[in-house]
Amino acid sequence: MKAKVRLFARLSELAGTREAEVELGEGLTAGEVYQALCGRYTALSGLKGSIRYAVNGEYAEPGHPVAGGDEVALIPPVSGGADAV
Amino acid sequence: MLFEITSAALDPQRLIDHVRKDESGAVALFSGVVRNENLGRRVLYLEYDAYPEMAERVMREIAEEAIGRWPITDVAMQHRTGRLEIGETSLLVAVSAPHRTEAFEACHALVDRFKEVVPVWKKEVWEGGEEWIEGEAVRHE
Repeated sequence: MKAKVRLFARLSELAGTREAEVELGEGLTAGEVYQALCGRYTALSGLKGSIRYAVNGEYAEPGHPVAGGDEVALIPPVSGGADAV
Repeated sequence: MLFEITSAALDPQRLIDHVRKDESGAVALFSGVVRNENLGRRVLYLEYDAYPEMAERVMREIAEEAIGRWPITDVAMQHRTGRLEIGETSLLVAVSAPHRTEAFEACHALVDRFKEVVPVWKKEVWEGGEEWIEGEAVRHE
Protein backbone atom coordinates (compact mmCIF):
# COMPACT_ATOMS: atom_id res chain seq x y z
CA MET A 1 0.00 0.00 0.00
CA LYS A 2 1.33 3.34 -1.03
CA ALA A 3 0.34 6.94 -0.48
CA LYS A 4 1.12 9.81 -2.82
CA VAL A 5 2.75 12.84 -1.23
CA ARG A 6 2.64 16.35 -2.67
CA LEU A 7 5.08 19.10 -1.75
CA PHE A 8 4.77 22.81 -2.41
CA ALA A 9 6.72 26.07 -2.29
CA ARG A 10 9.82 25.91 -0.08
CA LEU A 11 9.27 22.23 0.74
CA SER A 12 9.30 21.22 -2.92
CA GLU A 13 12.51 23.17 -3.49
CA LEU A 14 14.16 21.57 -0.43
CA ALA A 15 13.17 18.08 -1.55
CA GLY A 16 13.85 18.77 -5.23
CA THR A 17 10.50 17.23 -6.17
CA ARG A 18 6.80 18.07 -6.06
CA GLU A 19 5.61 14.49 -5.69
CA ALA A 20 6.74 11.35 -3.93
CA GLU A 21 5.38 7.96 -2.95
CA VAL A 22 5.61 6.48 0.53
CA GLU A 23 5.17 2.81 1.39
CA LEU A 24 2.66 2.61 4.24
CA GLY A 25 3.46 -0.89 5.53
CA GLU A 26 1.37 -1.44 8.66
CA GLY A 27 -0.23 1.97 8.29
CA LEU A 28 1.11 5.43 8.99
CA THR A 29 -0.20 8.77 10.18
CA ALA A 30 0.24 12.00 8.20
CA GLY A 31 3.04 13.01 10.58
CA GLU A 32 4.78 9.68 10.07
CA VAL A 33 4.58 10.12 6.31
CA TYR A 34 6.52 13.37 6.77
CA GLN A 35 9.09 11.56 8.95
CA ALA A 36 9.47 8.86 6.28
CA LEU A 37 10.12 11.53 3.65
CA CYS A 38 12.74 13.19 5.86
CA GLY A 39 14.73 9.95 5.65
CA ARG A 40 14.77 10.27 1.87
CA TYR A 41 15.05 14.06 1.57
CA THR A 42 17.13 15.14 4.56
CA ALA A 43 16.70 18.86 3.75
CA LEU A 44 13.08 18.48 4.90
CA SER A 45 14.15 17.60 8.46
CA GLY A 46 13.44 19.93 11.36
CA LEU A 47 10.36 21.59 9.88
CA LYS A 48 7.76 19.62 11.84
CA GLY A 49 6.72 22.67 13.88
CA SER A 50 5.71 24.71 10.84
CA ILE A 51 4.13 22.09 8.58
CA ARG A 52 0.41 21.42 8.37
CA TYR A 53 -0.97 18.33 6.71
CA ALA A 54 -3.76 17.70 4.28
CA VAL A 55 -5.14 14.26 3.48
CA ASN A 56 -7.08 14.06 0.22
CA GLY A 57 -7.28 17.85 0.03
CA GLU A 58 -8.58 18.49 3.57
CA TYR A 59 -6.54 19.85 6.47
CA ALA A 60 -5.75 17.00 8.87
CA GLU A 61 -4.03 16.59 12.23
CA PRO A 62 -0.55 14.97 12.31
CA GLY A 63 -2.18 11.87 13.86
CA HIS A 64 -4.61 11.43 10.97
CA PRO A 65 -4.32 7.87 9.57
CA VAL A 66 -3.27 7.49 5.95
CA ALA A 67 -4.70 4.66 3.82
CA GLY A 68 -3.48 3.16 0.54
CA GLY A 69 -4.19 5.49 -2.37
CA ASP A 70 -4.54 8.58 -0.16
CA GLU A 71 -2.91 11.83 -1.17
CA VAL A 72 -0.97 13.51 1.65
CA ALA A 73 0.15 17.11 1.22
CA LEU A 74 2.79 18.89 3.28
CA ILE A 75 1.55 22.46 3.68
CA PRO A 76 4.01 25.21 4.69
CA PRO A 77 2.50 28.37 6.26
CA VAL A 78 0.38 29.90 3.48
CA SER A 79 1.07 33.36 2.03
CA GLY A 80 -1.36 34.13 -0.79
CA GLY A 81 -2.23 37.64 -1.89
CA ALA A 82 0.35 40.34 -2.36
CA ASP A 83 0.60 42.21 0.98
CA ALA A 84 3.59 41.78 3.25
CA VAL A 85 2.85 39.25 5.96
CA MET B 1 -19.89 31.18 -6.98
CA LEU B 2 -16.57 30.86 -8.73
CA PHE B 3 -13.28 29.68 -7.23
CA GLU B 4 -10.23 29.35 -9.39
CA ILE B 5 -6.47 28.96 -9.33
CA THR B 6 -5.10 29.94 -12.72
CA SER B 7 -1.86 30.87 -14.40
CA ALA B 8 -3.71 33.28 -16.73
CA ALA B 9 -4.01 37.03 -16.13
CA LEU B 10 -6.96 37.92 -13.86
CA ASP B 11 -9.87 39.94 -15.20
CA PRO B 12 -11.73 41.95 -12.51
CA GLN B 13 -14.71 42.68 -14.75
CA ARG B 14 -15.33 38.98 -15.25
CA LEU B 15 -15.66 38.48 -11.47
CA ILE B 16 -17.85 41.55 -11.04
CA ASP B 17 -20.18 40.29 -13.77
CA HIS B 18 -20.18 36.82 -12.25
CA VAL B 19 -21.28 37.88 -8.74
CA ARG B 20 -23.72 40.64 -9.70
CA LYS B 21 -27.34 39.55 -9.31
CA ASP B 22 -30.50 41.56 -9.88
CA GLU B 23 -30.95 41.80 -6.10
CA SER B 24 -27.37 43.11 -5.61
CA GLY B 25 -27.08 46.81 -4.89
CA ALA B 26 -23.34 46.57 -4.26
CA VAL B 27 -20.34 44.66 -5.52
CA ALA B 28 -17.12 44.91 -3.46
CA LEU B 29 -13.97 43.88 -5.29
CA PHE B 30 -10.57 43.38 -3.68
CA SER B 31 -7.59 43.26 -5.95
CA GLY B 32 -4.20 42.20 -4.55
CA VAL B 33 -1.38 43.53 -6.71
CA VAL B 34 2.37 42.98 -6.75
CA ARG B 35 4.33 45.91 -5.36
CA ASN B 36 7.95 46.81 -5.88
CA GLU B 37 9.13 46.82 -2.24
CA ASN B 38 8.94 44.66 0.87
CA LEU B 39 10.86 45.00 4.16
CA GLY B 40 13.14 47.55 2.52
CA ARG B 41 14.00 45.24 -0.36
CA ARG B 42 13.43 46.17 -3.98
CA VAL B 43 11.24 43.36 -5.28
CA LEU B 44 11.80 42.37 -8.90
CA TYR B 45 8.89 39.92 -9.23
CA LEU B 46 6.90 37.32 -7.30
CA GLU B 47 6.36 33.67 -7.99
CA TYR B 48 3.23 31.93 -6.71
CA ASP B 49 2.73 28.25 -6.06
CA ALA B 50 -0.56 26.61 -5.09
CA TYR B 51 -2.25 23.29 -4.37
CA PRO B 52 -5.04 24.00 -6.83
CA GLU B 53 -7.57 21.26 -6.05
CA MET B 54 -7.38 21.93 -2.31
CA ALA B 55 -7.25 25.73 -2.72
CA GLU B 56 -10.48 25.71 -4.72
CA ARG B 57 -12.15 23.54 -2.09
CA VAL B 58 -10.97 25.75 0.81
CA MET B 59 -12.11 28.90 -1.05
CA ARG B 60 -15.57 27.37 -1.32
CA GLU B 61 -15.56 26.57 2.42
CA ILE B 62 -14.65 30.12 3.46
CA ALA B 63 -17.21 31.54 1.00
CA GLU B 64 -19.88 29.37 2.58
CA GLU B 65 -18.81 30.62 6.03
CA ALA B 66 -19.24 34.20 4.80
CA ILE B 67 -22.64 33.45 3.27
CA GLY B 68 -23.73 32.06 6.65
CA ARG B 69 -22.58 35.19 8.43
CA TRP B 70 -23.64 38.08 6.15
CA PRO B 71 -26.66 38.58 3.91
CA ILE B 72 -24.64 38.50 0.69
CA THR B 73 -25.77 37.33 -2.73
CA ASP B 74 -22.63 35.79 -4.23
CA VAL B 75 -18.86 35.34 -3.86
CA ALA B 76 -16.07 34.71 -6.38
CA MET B 77 -12.33 34.32 -5.78
CA GLN B 78 -9.36 33.79 -8.06
CA HIS B 79 -5.65 33.51 -7.39
CA ARG B 80 -2.99 33.51 -10.03
CA THR B 81 0.10 31.27 -10.02
CA GLY B 82 3.50 31.45 -11.67
CA ARG B 83 5.66 34.52 -12.17
CA LEU B 84 3.95 37.88 -11.62
CA GLU B 85 5.54 41.21 -12.44
CA ILE B 86 5.20 44.45 -10.46
CA GLY B 87 1.67 45.84 -10.86
CA GLU B 88 0.07 42.54 -11.88
CA THR B 89 -2.93 41.19 -9.99
CA SER B 90 -2.41 38.08 -7.87
CA LEU B 91 -5.74 37.84 -6.02
CA LEU B 92 -9.30 38.90 -6.73
CA VAL B 93 -12.16 38.59 -4.24
CA ALA B 94 -15.60 39.80 -5.33
CA VAL B 95 -18.69 39.90 -3.11
CA SER B 96 -22.17 41.06 -4.05
CA ALA B 97 -24.85 42.04 -1.55
CA PRO B 98 -28.08 44.02 -1.44
CA HIS B 99 -26.22 46.78 0.47
CA ARG B 100 -22.64 48.06 0.59
CA THR B 101 -21.93 47.49 4.30
CA GLU B 102 -22.26 43.70 4.04
CA ALA B 103 -20.37 43.64 0.74
CA PHE B 104 -17.41 45.56 2.23
CA GLU B 105 -17.36 43.59 5.50
CA ALA B 106 -17.63 40.17 3.89
CA CYS B 107 -15.03 41.01 1.24
CA HIS B 108 -12.57 42.24 3.90
CA ALA B 109 -13.13 39.14 6.06
CA LEU B 110 -12.74 36.81 3.06
CA VAL B 111 -9.40 38.35 2.06
CA ASP B 112 -8.10 37.94 5.63
CA ARG B 113 -9.36 34.37 5.81
CA PHE B 114 -7.91 33.58 2.38
CA LYS B 115 -4.45 34.51 3.59
CA GLU B 116 -4.80 32.24 6.63
CA VAL B 117 -6.03 29.01 5.12
CA VAL B 118 -5.95 28.84 1.31
CA PRO B 119 -2.89 26.81 0.22
CA VAL B 120 -1.13 29.42 -1.94
CA TRP B 121 2.47 30.55 -1.44
CA LYS B 122 4.59 33.36 -2.76
CA LYS B 123 8.27 33.66 -3.37
CA GLU B 124 9.80 37.10 -3.43
CA VAL B 125 12.67 37.63 -5.81
CA TRP B 126 14.82 40.69 -5.27
CA GLU B 127 18.20 41.84 -6.47
CA GLY B 128 20.65 39.28 -5.14
CA GLY B 129 18.27 36.79 -3.58
CA GLU B 130 14.92 35.14 -3.17
CA GLU B 131 12.79 33.79 -0.35
CA TRP B 132 9.53 31.90 0.10
CA ILE B 133 7.38 34.13 2.30
CA GLU B 134 5.64 32.11 4.98
CA GLY B 135 2.64 33.38 6.87
CA GLU B 136 1.82 32.54 10.46
CA ALA B 137 1.42 28.80 10.96
CA VAL B 138 -2.25 28.26 11.78
CA ARG B 139 -2.68 25.09 13.78
CA HIS B 140 -6.46 24.82 13.62
CA GLU B 141 -9.37 25.65 11.37
